[in-house]
Amino acid sequence: MSFEPKIIGFLCNWCSYSGADLAGVSRIKSAPNVRIIRTMCSGRVDPTFIIKSFQLGADGVVVMGCHLGDCHYQEGNYKTIRRIPLLKRLLKEFGIDTRRLRLEWVSASEGDRFAKVVNEMTEEIRQIGPLQLKNDK
Amino acid sequence: MAKPKLALYWAASCGGCEIAVLDLHEKILDVANAFDIVFWPVAMDFKYADVRAMEDKSIDICLFNGAIRNSENEELAHLMRAKSKVLVAFGSCAYEGGIPGLANLTTKEEIFKWVYRDSPSTIVTNGGVYPQTHTKMPEGEIEIPEMYEVVKSLDQVVAVEYYIPGCPPQPKQIWSVIEYILSGQPLPPAGSILGAGDKTCCDECPLEKKEKKLKNFYRPYEIIPDPNLCLLDQGIVCMGPATRSGCEALCPKANMACRGCYGPPPNCLDQGAKMVSALGSVIDAHEPEELDKIFDQIVDPIGTFYTFSLPHSILRRKQQ
Repeated sequence: MSFEPKIIGFLCNWCSYSGADLAGVSRIKSAPNVRIIRTMCSGRVDPTFIIKSFQLGADGVVVMGCHLGDCHYQEGNYKTIRRIPLLKRLLKEFGIDTRRLRLEWVSASEGDRFAKVVNEMTEEIRQIGPLQLKNDK
Repeated sequence: MAKPKLALYWAASCGGCEIAVLDLHEKILDVANAFDIVFWPVAMDFKYADVRAMEDKSIDICLFNGAIRNSENEELAHLMRAKSKVLVAFGSCAYEGGIPGLANLTTKEEIFKWVYRDSPSTIVTNGGVYPQTHTKMPEGEIEIPEMYEVVKSLDQVVAVEYYIPGCPPQPKQIWSVIEYILSGQPLPPAGSILGAGDKTCCDECPLEKKEKKLKNFYRPYEIIPDPNLCLLDQGIVCMGPATRSGCEALCPKANMACRGCYGPPPNCLDQGAKMVSALGSVIDAHEPEELDKIFDQIVDPIGTFYTFSLPHSILRRKQQ
C-alpha cells in the first residue's frame, strides 16, 4: 500500500479556517491528508502542539495564519513568524527534516491558495516518507 | 515504634544530590535520628547484597538520584523499586534525565569512538578497543555494566511515587519534604512534584522586568549584566520563563541565567518547546534574514533549552 502522509493543520479561526472553508464551498479539489485543528490565532499554536503532533504520529505539521498585518489580534502572527523558524532549528537538531513543518499565510479569500499549500505539502511529505520516531528505547 | 527506613541511591549522577543532602548541615542529625538509614552507598558501607536480602517493600522511602545510563543503574532501579514503599526521583537526573541525558543527542557508538579513539587526550592502545561487558583475565572473568544507547529518567524504567526536582534540589526544599513526611500528614497523591513551587522561576526572581524587546542575544562572557535588571531583558538566554519555581531564583540573583534545572512548570509538557514559545514572544524582528541573524546568536539552542530535561521531553532523543 502506498504511503499516505498524515498532516496536522493548525488553522487560525479568522483567516485560514475560512480560507479552507472557501476551498470547500468552491469545490476546489485538494488532498485529504491534512487534519485540520482550528485555533483562534496562529499565535495560539504553542510549539508543544507541533512537537506533540509529531510524537503522536503526524508526518507533517502545517500552521496557517493571516497575512502579516491582517491578524485579528494585531500581532499574534508576528509571534508565530518568530516561533516557527526557531522551532525548526530545534527540530533540525532533533534530526527531524524541517520540511515536515510549514508556516503559510492563507487569507479568508484564498481558497485556492489553501488547496495549493495542502497539495504541495502532501506531495512533499510523500517524497520524504513517514516519520518514524525512536523515542521509546 | 521502629524508625522508618530510609535509603539513598545514586545512579548516573555527579554526586551533587548527595552533597545537597549533606548540605542540610546539622539537620542531617535530625534525619539520622528520625530515620533508620539502611542503604546509602556514598556515605555508608552497605552492599547491594544487603539490599537484596531485605524484604520487599521494607524500605519506607528511597531517594533515588541519577539517570538510567547503564545496566547497573537499571538493575538498581528495579531493586530499589521492589524494596521501597515510596520511591522518589530525587534531583534533575532521576526526574528528567538531567545533564547525562544530553548524551541522547548522540549515539553510544559516537561517544565510544570519541572517548576511546579520537579525542586528543586519548592514547590509542590495542587498536582502540571499546569497553567490553565481559573480559577474561588470568584471575578470572571481569564483568562491568553495559552502557545503553540512550539515557532514561527513572520513571521511564520503573514506577515512581514522587519527584523532587533541582540540580541539585535545594537543601531548604529537601528539608521541607522531610519535615512534611515526619509530620505524619497524609502523603500527597502519587506523581506529585515535591519540594518545588507551582509557578515559574521568573515569579520568584527579584530582578526588575520591563517590556521585553530583544534584538540581540549574548553569551555570559560577552556582556557584564546590570545586577538589578532581568537577564533576559538584557539579552542573556535565561530559562526562567520555562522553569518551575522552587529554588528562589538562585542563579539570576547571582547574575547567572537560569539553566532550567527545576524542570518544566506545571502543565508544561516540554521545556524546550515552551522556551521557543517564550522567546518567540519577546524577539523584536520579523524579517527572515534578521531573525536568522538573531537566532544565530543563540548558540546550541537544543542544549540550552533542554539542558536538564531532554530524556523526559516529548521527543526524548535525536532521531538518527
